[in-house]
This record gives sequence, C-alpha cells and structure tokens, in this order.
Amino acid sequence: MKSLVRVASGQGFWGDWLEAPRRQVEGGDVDYLMLDYLAEVTMSILQKQKERDPRMGYARDFIGAIESVLPGIVERGVKVIANAGGVNPRACADALLALADQKGVRGKLALGVVTGDDLLPRLDELIAQGHPLANMDTGEPLSLVRDRVLSANAYIGSGPIIEALGKGANIVVTGRSTDTALTMAPLRYEFGWGAGDWDKLAAGIIAGHIIECGAQCSGGNCLKDWATIPDVWNIGYPIVDARPDGTFEICKHPHTGGRIDVPTVTEQLVYEMGDPHSYITPDVVADFTSIQLEPAGENRVRVFGVKGRPPTDKLKVSIAYRAGYKAVGTLVYAWPDALAKAKAADQVLRRRLEYLGLTFDTIVTEFVGANATHGPLAGAPSDAPEVQLRVGVRGQDKAMVERFTRELIPMVLNGPPSVTGFAAGRPKVEEIVAYWPALIDKTVVTPQVEVVR
Amino acid sequence: MRVRLLDLAHARSGDKGDTANVGVIALKPEWYPLLARELTVERVAMHFRGVITGGVQRYELPNLKALNFLLHGALDGGGTLSLKTDAQGKVFSTAMLRMVLDVPDAEATSLGLPAAP
Repeated sequence: MKSLVRVASGQGFWGDWLEAPRRQVEGGDVDYLMLDYLAEVTMSILQKQKERDPRMGYARDFIGAIESVLPGIVERGVKVIANAGGVNPRACADALLALADQKGVRGKLALGVVTGDDLLPRLDELIAQGHPLANMDTGEPLSLVRDRVLSANAYIGSGPIIEALGKGANIVVTGRSTDTALTMAPLRYEFGWGAGDWDKLAAGIIAGHIIECGAQCSGGNCLKDWATIPDVWNIGYPIVDARPDGTFEICKHPHTGGRIDVPTVTEQLVYEMGDPHSYITPDVVADFTSIQLEPAGENRVRVFGVKGRPPTDKLKVSIAYRAGYKAVGTLVYAWPDALAKAKAADQVLRRRLEYLGLTFDTIVTEFVGANATHGPLAGAPSDAPEVQLRVGVRGQDKAMVERFTRELIPMVLNGPPSVTGFAAGRPKVEEIVAYWPALIDKTVVTPQVEVVR
Repeated sequence: MRVRLLDLAHARSGDKGDTANVGVIALKPEWYPLLARELTVERVAMHFRGVITGGVQRYELPNLKALNFLLHGALDGGGTLSLKTDAQGKVFSTAMLRMVLDVPDAEATSLGLPAAP
C-alpha cells in the first residue's frame, strides 16, 4: 500500500480556469487529477444540449482538459477522475476515444465509464412503484411538475469509481457523482478503506469538500487579508496529500501564487454548509464539528480528527424542470441624482407594464451601486457617480416576458435623463429550468461500470 | 464599546436552493466565545430583517472557531429562478459583517478588540 496519495483539484465547476488541469499535472508529482464539472443547474443545461444533439450533454471543456494533460497520463501514470459525463457519459467517452485516436494514444488509455445515475427513463415507473420524489424543501410530490421534468439524476458515491479503478481505468468519467466522491474514491481505492471505516471515509469526503471548488481554498475568493494574498494571477490550485490513517494535508505546487493556511481552508469548509454535524453523502455521514486544522509549513494545512458514521438508506436526486420564463435588463443613470433618476425610471417602467396589462409572478428591481448586494443593510449612498437600474421579471407567459424586454430601451429617450449603458440591446428572454431536490431509496439505483480500451 | 463584526471575523457564504448559508469565522481564537454569545439567532434575524423572508438557523463549530447560519428565503427562489444579482448568496458574507456589536468596555479591552471608527 502507498503511504501517501496525492489528489490534485483541477476544476471547481464547468467554466473554471482552462489552464488549471495542465498546471496541476505539470507543476509536480501527483497521483490523481480530480475535475468537478457539475453544479445543481449544470445537469439541466446539459440535458437541453442533449435534446438538441444526442452526441452532446457532457462537459465539453473536459476533452480539452484531457488533451492538455495527455503527456502526464500516458508518460507519468497520472489518473483522472471527473464527473464530466453529465447526462451523457457515453458520448463523453466517445469524444475521448476520438481524441485518443487522433493523438495516437488509444492503446495507452483505459476509460472507465460510470452510468446508472440517470433516472429520467424510469421516472414514471418509480412514481408508480410508490417513490413520490417529494421536494426536500417544500414536501410537494413530483407529480406536480412531472410533465415539465427535463432531467433526473441520482447522486452516486465512490463505489463505481473504485470499481473502474480496480478494472484498470486511468480515466474515469461519471455522470452525477457527488463532488466529494471524486476525491474520496481514489483514497479509498489506494488505502483499501472498507465500509465500516467511517472516520477514514469521512476524512476522504472532507478532503473532497475542501478541494472541490478548486482555488476557493487556496486564496481565491478569500476575504481574510485578501489584498495581501500573493500572486493571485498565478494561483495554485489545491492538492490533497493523504495518508492511510485518514489524516491529510492541503497544499499546492511550489512557485504558484495564492495562499493555503488555516483561515483559507476554514472559509472553504463553511462554504455551502448546512448542518455541520451531518454532512450526508452516499458513502458516509461526516461530522464537520470534528475537523481539526493546524499549520504544517508554508502553504500547507494538516487536517485530522475527522469523525464519520454510517450513511442513510437514501440517495439524493437532482431533478430539473421547466418553470417559466425570465428576463433581466439594465440601464445606467449618471450624476447628479443618479439614484433618484434610476428610481424614477423604475416607477415609469412599472406604470407602463401596468398600462400594457402585463402581469408577472414577480418583478425585482435593484439599484446596482446602491442596494444590489446588501439591500437595505447598505444604507443610503450619498452622491453616487452612477447607479445601474436592474429590473428582472419572471412569469409563465413567454409573450409577456418578451414584451417586457421592449420596454426598457425606449426610456433612453422617453424617461428620466442622464441615461446610458444600453449598447447591449434588449434583454434576452430565458426559459427557467428550476431545481427539484428529492430523495430515493438506494436499492432502486444500480450504477454500471464499463472500462473501454 | 462599539465593535464592528468586520474587525472580529471573516466570512464566506453560499447557497442551497432559496437558503443562503453564512459561515462566520473568528479572526482570533479568543474572540470566538464572544461571537458565539452575541450572534444569536434573534440578533441575526433582526440584522437581516427586510432582506430575507424566512427564518434563521444557527450551528456552532468551536473546532473551527466558526458559526454557521442558514438564512431561509434569502434568494428570491434561488438558483435559476432568482432574479437577484446575488442569486447564489455569494455576498451575504459581507452583509453579515456589517453588524456592529456593543461590548462592555472591560471585556473589549481585555480581548484587545478594535473600536469601531
């Protein structure tokens, strides 16, 4: 058994820095590269793409990322684990195989493909069998929006990734795996942690939570002493140096910018936190109140003491459904009386929407430069040089939302003065794809693993 | 003495649906008990009055010298539904740090707290 396994984070979401995967593989020795592409809303975007083209529905950035790290995979044995498969892991695998052929490395790649998370084809059968897939926040049954569902995916854990690694895969592509499993699975595989090693499994999950948002634990988006964080332009993405006993250190490659210390890691630990006593995953329930952090040298933090307990018998399901239309538009008002002018324009606009008989589920007005980020907590700004009026509407009637988008720009000539910032034209109408979180019995979800050579 | 939370803690926030979470972390370990005492559910709910439509939950993480708050009804429906600039609750962190605390002078002095300007 190895005494140290290094897992590098190269992508914290779909749209993260394109250079990061290559920098993580070239910057020093690592065993695994972990790439997290999926956020709550990402699956629905991918599902829409797949509807338009059955060869799509995965994170296409991943193909470029693999191309950028091919020498590391082929010559140095770095393994890659990614949830880039989205709603179409097989199409993602096909694109990777095409890349491998093009680069002449087909014989060097063993591609693990994890499927089985997609519940969309089985949805009616599952509901008929008595799985209500009730909304975790509201308690409403899924039948309420069933005819508008676009995608439904169970969050699966480390098991299938470990199976793929065991079958010799050096790239593992999953659909809706939990973000944290992408890091925990290789540790569990290398160190042979079993079901029952709850504290170690929980430590692996917490390692995953710390690095799943990429540089957000290594100085990115860090509030404490933000102005003194060195060389942010050259920021180093995080690496987990893990030990068989379940302790680990967070570090980054030498000669990179950013900062890793107890405060930067703590900020990431509390990010998107719910009840810290129960961080529920398919593999284990981790207790964030057990985590101990200590400095372990320059840009290095030791994590130990983590406690875990057995998981529940449910998996979380991420369901996306069509939920109407929205549009957001902006105009900029200049000094003097910028805020007063923007407020007057908002009143003009609302009177015109009323005059036209347009009704919406909601209209939200913000004054950027005055209250958009902190609302009334910001107090009244004095003598702002400019204020952006930002108005959004949401409703079920697409034509009404369309009509709203025609009402902003006329105000440049027929509303309050000193207005500009309309060059981008009319706001775009977007269909809303909303998120429906639910739970389902673990026993009805069976992940499949295939290794393609 | 009046003390700005901004001078006592750092913070990060995020989202889960229509709920924003704010993790508040003491800048010095010895300041954590003060934060745990002062940042009550009631105090935080009062601070965000008119900003959130739901309730507040609070969790303690003495191991990290941190408190975690869940602010319900904070994001105009959250995720893709929200029309807010901050649809994902990214800057509720600094909104929380706008809070100003009244700390007894003797305690403020013994803890070395910086007075609000």
